[in-house]
Amino acid sequence: MAGGLHDSQIANPVIRWIDQRLPVFTMMQKEYGVFPTPRNFNYFWNFGALAMINLVIMIVTGIVLAMHYTPHVTMAFDSVERIMRDVNFGWLIRYAHANGASMFFIVVYIHIWRGMYYGSFKAPRELLWMLGVVIFLLMMATAFMGYVLPWGQMSFWGATVITNLFSAIPLVGDTIVTYLWGGFSVDNPTLNRFFSLHYLLPFVITGVVFLHIAALHITGSNNPLGIEPKGPQDTLPFHPYYTIKDSVGIVVYLMVFAVLVFFAPNYLGHPDNYIPANPMVTPAHIVPEWYFLPFYAILRAVPDKLGGVLLMGGSIVLLFVLPWLDTSKVRSLRFRPISRVLFLLWTINFFVLMWCGAKPAEQPYVLISQISTMIYFGYFLVALPLLGRFERPLPLPESIAVAVLGPKALGAGPLPGGVTAKPMEKA
Amino acid sequence: MRKIQALLLVAGLLGGGLSGAAPAFAADDHAAPQAPDAGFSFNRIFGTFDRASAQRGFQVYKEVCSSCHSMRQMYYRNLTDLGLSPDQVRNIAASFQITDGPNDEGAMFERAGRVSDHFRRPFANDNAARAANGGAFPPDLSVITKAREGGANYIHALLTGYREPPAGVTVMEGMHYNAYFPGHQIAMAPPLNDGQVEFAGGAPNTVEAMARDVSTFLAWAAEPELEARRALGVKILIFLGILGVLAYLTKRKIWADAH
Amino acid sequence: MADALATPGTHGDHPGSTKRDFLKLTAVAFAAVGTGAIVWPFVSQLAPARDVLALASTDVDIGPITVGQAVTVMWRGKPVFLRHRTEEEIAAARAVPMDELKDPATDESRVQRAPWLVVVGVCTHLGCIPLGQKPTDPKGDYGGWFCPCHGSHYDTSARIRKGPAPLNLPVPGYAFTSDTAIRIG
Repeated sequence: MAGGLHDSQIANPVIRWIDQRLPVFTMMQKEYGVFPTPRNFNYFWNFGALAMINLVIMIVTGIVLAMHYTPHVTMAFDSVERIMRDVNFGWLIRYAHANGASMFFIVVYIHIWRGMYYGSFKAPRELLWMLGVVIFLLMMATAFMGYVLPWGQMSFWGATVITNLFSAIPLVGDTIVTYLWGGFSVDNPTLNRFFSLHYLLPFVITGVVFLHIAALHITGSNNPLGIEPKGPQDTLPFHPYYTIKDSVGIVVYLMVFAVLVFFAPNYLGHPDNYIPANPMVTPAHIVPEWYFLPFYAILRAVPDKLGGVLLMGGSIVLLFVLPWLDTSKVRSLRFRPISRVLFLLWTINFFVLMWCGAKPAEQPYVLISQISTMIYFGYFLVALPLLGRFERPLPLPESIAVAVLGPKALGAGPLPGGVTAKPMEKA
Repeated sequence: MRKIQALLLVAGLLGGGLSGAAPAFAADDHAAPQAPDAGFSFNRIFGTFDRASAQRGFQVYKEVCSSCHSMRQMYYRNLTDLGLSPDQVRNIAASFQITDGPNDEGAMFERAGRVSDHFRRPFANDNAARAANGGAFPPDLSVITKAREGGANYIHALLTGYREPPAGVTVMEGMHYNAYFPGHQIAMAPPLNDGQVEFAGGAPNTVEAMARDVSTFLAWAAEPELEARRALGVKILIFLGILGVLAYLTKRKIWADAH
Repeated sequence: MADALATPGTHGDHPGSTKRDFLKLTAVAFAAVGTGAIVWPFVSQLAPARDVLALASTDVDIGPITVGQAVTVMWRGKPVFLRHRTEEEIAAARAVPMDELKDPATDESRVQRAPWLVVVGVCTHLGCIPLGQKPTDPKGDYGGWFCPCHGSHYDTSARIRKGPAPLNLPVPGYAFTSDTAIRIG
């Protein structure tokens, strides 16, 4: 600290001048250059970076779409078709945005799944996890409102059904719904405010994402073994090891994304949303977008309106308290044989719920949904607390380095992988 | 080994997520049988539109469908993308009387169509369309193949799917039995008859042939970007494939001393 | 902590270093090209869309416009001035010596038929609409148009004569489709 300036280590005089006054370069170097990262990540640890990339793609394509879109009930559908037909590369940008939403949920679901499997939500990372759940909720709200904007039949009826969920709240429910709509049904005021909020929320998400990452960089990352790094031999600098590993994942992710956008752009959509919204006719079978299906199945599994809404809300709110439901000190399910099996069954059950959500609300799907819903909640509320008490975990490895490199990591002599490297000269 | 396991899991989750959800939508069939695959070229993964068939399909639309069905997203200028010459398109547009205005006196007036005009709509508004069709609204056909399960196959099946009602099925007054329409009772009378449209060059004009042509035209109208989209997609996937190999080799190199 | 960490690029004496550097360079170059290419659609979408480019040419019935009268029509979102000029106005426009003009152009080069002057009515200075179409408007010092924003004067051939505007009012592409009708664009 000389004269109030940051003591920058950067050699380039121009960057150094900036860095002394605003040490963003030092910060980037610290957080993404040399940041000590467990050396044993598998490819599941790509998905945080992928989600970040996906958020950027959504915001960039979304801002462009907003330049051409008209949020008015008589023009919204046609303005989207105009984007598809007349705007240069409009079809590419719109399909990238629509399928980007699906990709975002695929990525985030895997990211959440990884956190659950390897116990990333456990102390000291509870708040990091909870911020993630906040991001997930904001994503759901954003995706829902975005789906309304093309003003097709599914947009309209999806908006009607989902906003009507709030009418289940005793006493004030109907008033809340009227306030959400800005009228007595889903109509132009609803479309306008959804457009406004759909534009706003991604930036709120960005803010929470920064908190999420800030919290991550305080506790450091979890890893597939679920044991904390004990020293430098257990970690690698983020760059270049994980920048390159993330790059591999990003290319694979982009390929999946490209297959959807260029060869099956409407595969995950619903044909009814290419029919302009008609408040007089409900489609024969309304389904939400695929990423909401498990929760939609929980909603419909309950024969009571308020009960269904509460249970659906509860299925997500439950994630907030997950760090306290799972009382086991062992993080990674690799070392918890019973929990591991039960969690994989829970995962399959999640897909069963997803499948039920897409089916009409009739037997046997209702019964299957009910059983699946019980399994979903039973895992969190019964199995996890019991397992924490009674399950005998397998012995944990001594350290990450021992697990990765074998016993030689313990011996004297230079270790591979730059563990013995000199102080950084560049990076 | 762990790595491979993890990758397999990712692939499984992706595949499970996609296949678990999407075909579930398709299974929502409600009484109508799945439209058979009519073997359209554009339904193949790298397929393109048969321009000659789509041009004939436009003629079918113009001479038959357009008396009830609008195509509000379409402009006459779009027909140049179908392979018609600018002069042909100008003549087609000029053959329609378009309502324009208001003029300086505040009145609407009719004028010959221009290439920058939307396809003329058969009815002034939706209510007029409904009133003229016994209460059944003839849907807009601009994106019809995207708006129906089965796409062009469904349109083709519907147009060729008129049958005598099976024994025991009573068809309501003003309705027609169709094997592929959800619920089987459709207000639209069989629109095509053998030999109804005379094609230049004497292309076949059976109901089957015309249904095929008009389905091709409607698929093109719904997704005019399809060919450009697939062509760009191939390039991008090749590019990403090479980049992926490079990234993976670089990753292996960098990680070589860390294991 | 940093002293125990590996750093990239400190393996200069490593046998595989040349290969790695070449690989890395190629990969980075590829990624850079890809990133560059993906920018193009986002720039391209800013250009006028196809429906805008295809906007109708404007047909004007000039039969009712009497000598000395002017009308304004919209073409591509901009006003186009049509003036049925008097003999005096034509004579005045043709009498001007070229060296007096800021943006020299003969009147003959600016009209297809002498009585009919067709120009885009947007001041070449900063885009205001000059006055002079209505009989009551000020027409400037040269009997043509006067831009109230910054005081540019145009003559009866719509050429810039005085004021900050650099160029004459542009003549759009147009054609006489009959003796009493023109099509602009």
